[in-house]
Amino acid sequence: MANDVCFRTLHLEQPWTLDSYRSVGGYSVWEKILKEKTAPDSIIAELKTSALRGRGGAGFPTGLKWSFMPRNVEGQKYVVCNSDEGEPGTCKDRDILRYNPHQLVEGMAIAGYTMGASKGYNYIRGEFWEPYERFQAAIEEARAAGLLGRNIMGSGIDFDIDVHLGAGAYVCGEETALLESLEGKKGQPRFKPPFPASYGLYGRPTTINNTESLASVPVILQHGGQWFLELGKPNNGGTKLFSVSGHVNKPGNYEVPMGLPFADLLELAGGVWKGHKLKAVIPGGSSTPVLPAEIAMGMTMDYDSISKAGSMLGAGSVIVMDETTCMVGVLARLSHFYFEESCGQCTPCREGTGWLARMVHRIEHGEGRQEDLDLLVQAASQIEGHTICALGDAAAMPVKSFIKHYRDEFQYHIDHKKCMV
Amino acid sequence: MAQANIELLTPASRAEIDTWVAKYPPERKQSAVMAALRIAQDQNAGWLTTELMDAVAAYLGMTPIAVYEVATFYSMYQLEPVGRHKINVCTNISCLLRGSEDVVKHLQQRLGIKLGETTADGRYTLKEVECLGACVNAPVAQIARQYYEQLTPELIDRIIDGLE
Ligand SMILES: Cc1cc2nc3c(=O)[nH]c(=O)nc-3n(C[C@H](O)[C@H](O)[C@H](O)COP(=O)(O)O)c2cc1C
Ligand code: SF4
Ligand code: FES
Repeated sequence: MANDVCFRTLHLEQPWTLDSYRSVGGYSVWEKILKEKTAPDSIIAELKTSALRGRGGAGFPTGLKWSFMPRNVEGQKYVVCNSDEGEPGTCKDRDILRYNPHQLVEGMAIAGYTMGASKGYNYIRGEFWEPYERFQAAIEEARAAGLLGRNIMGSGIDFDIDVHLGAGAYVCGEETALLESLEGKKGQPRFKPPFPASYGLYGRPTTINNTESLASVPVILQHGGQWFLELGKPNNGGTKLFSVSGHVNKPGNYEVPMGLPFADLLELAGGVWKGHKLKAVIPGGSSTPVLPAEIAMGMTMDYDSISKAGSMLGAGSVIVMDETTCMVGVLARLSHFYFEESCGQCTPCREGTGWLARMVHRIEHGEGRQEDLDLLVQAASQIEGHTICALGDAAAMPVKSFIKHYRDEFQYHIDHKKCMV
Repeated sequence: MAQANIELLTPASRAEIDTWVAKYPPERKQSAVMAALRIAQDQNAGWLTTELMDAVAAYLGMTPIAVYEVATFYSMYQLEPVGRHKINVCTNISCLLRGSEDVVKHLQQRLGIKLGETTADGRYTLKEVECLGACVNAPVAQIARQYYEQLTPELIDRIIDGLE
């Protein structure tokens, strides 16, 4: 396995301490920047070379995102880390916070310097108490070591970090809902534009990145963008944390090079459990389309290959299902989730997710009607593209993909009022 | 409207809220409302009364309605009494695939209540929650601040036996 980037302290005893982090070269990049006042443009150029793409789900190039922050705006700017991690199947940021929190601190500091922000917030989901304590301890250790604060090491550079704890709402992972929540309001996504780079936290220029994206930055700058790029493949640089869950022998978070064949990742995770056959894979978290085994076995684990296979890398949350899985039951649970988590702001999402959840539930329980399958696809299409945030699309995509690939199972439920598996 | 009573928040709670207020710009005290509600809830056996929410509003200089909006939006706030131990069971996809239905069944049998209910003696509340972000260790539950992972019926029994 290649624990080269976010998991580079994992083999150490107490990997979360400052000493552990220093022993793998931690904070060397930050100290160099403080000393040399590295040109922000050269940091951004290095990130562009690395082909690091946002690890929070959308895969937007991180270097490009950083270049959008206005340079000549006076006053406060912010860097915000997204540790809300609520997409079903995803649990990698939790392990960065628990096992390598200093690397995130360093990544946020570098981001702050590069974009002229003297303050960073890490939005951690409220359930993550242990990860929060680890990260908070890292902040305090870094402050005590003079790595955060005012005029850090006499450089004239200020940067500090605080944590904001959520309180249970998946939608707050959406970046503008997250900002609302940070401002002490309910987490309802904002209309875009304006984008956070011009109007973000408290109306100030703000860049929001995922935990894994930010934690990758120090290693990229330490070894160079080209090095990171070559860990993976063109346009898909680096390693990636994959949370492999479901019907495998060794579920876990695996840091592997981008472009690894899915079959190899499955093997790393011990293969399908109980000697069963693979049926289906959701490659990127519950919001990404499901893929049947034959297609999944032919793809490699990177943005481009998974997208060609008809799904998305998303947050790298690989949910494995064996031949005994009832696809109707799985979709019913997912549709219930999106209905529960809709913030209710847009009619198509608020009403549509309820429709979807009720219809799939009905089919699961043998009360489906012949016309329901077409109605479901129609209802999903009416949500897609008609909402303020992507939660609406996220609710629609599973429905469409499950029916596309497993229509006969849904049909069987309707015809025979029971499950075929 | 009666004057909100800030004293309902214990001195310890107020001191803790202050540490959160200090994380935000001085004119942005409202950002601390989520922490304040959590702290208020913790001092009151796990749930928020209207009077407590009003106290939070007064303490942070917010309107009561703005505080209620937050308290009703987020799932971790409880607006009604809960058992001494609130057991939050994840039933989302990765947990479902690893037997969360059996976990729920076992808990319901052992405690004699259904999801969403509290035992008559007020000791336990059983709550279904969405993905807890620990999916590779499914099935997962959370009690207070602690996660319990790779749950089995035996493990559940041991956990419950260990709760006061
Ligand atoms: C409903 C919804 C939930 C999301 N949840 C998360 C999340 O938990 N963590 C995350 O990093 N991004 C999440 N995102 C994506 C963010 O909006 C944003 O794109 C991301 O944090 C940007 O960081 P990145 O460019 O480093 O990936 C979510 C998006 C949506 C629409
Ligand atoms: S799409 Fe759904 S979750 Fe997103 S803003 Fe609209 S109602 Fe809220
Ligand atoms: S699905 Fe249960 S913890 Fe993620």
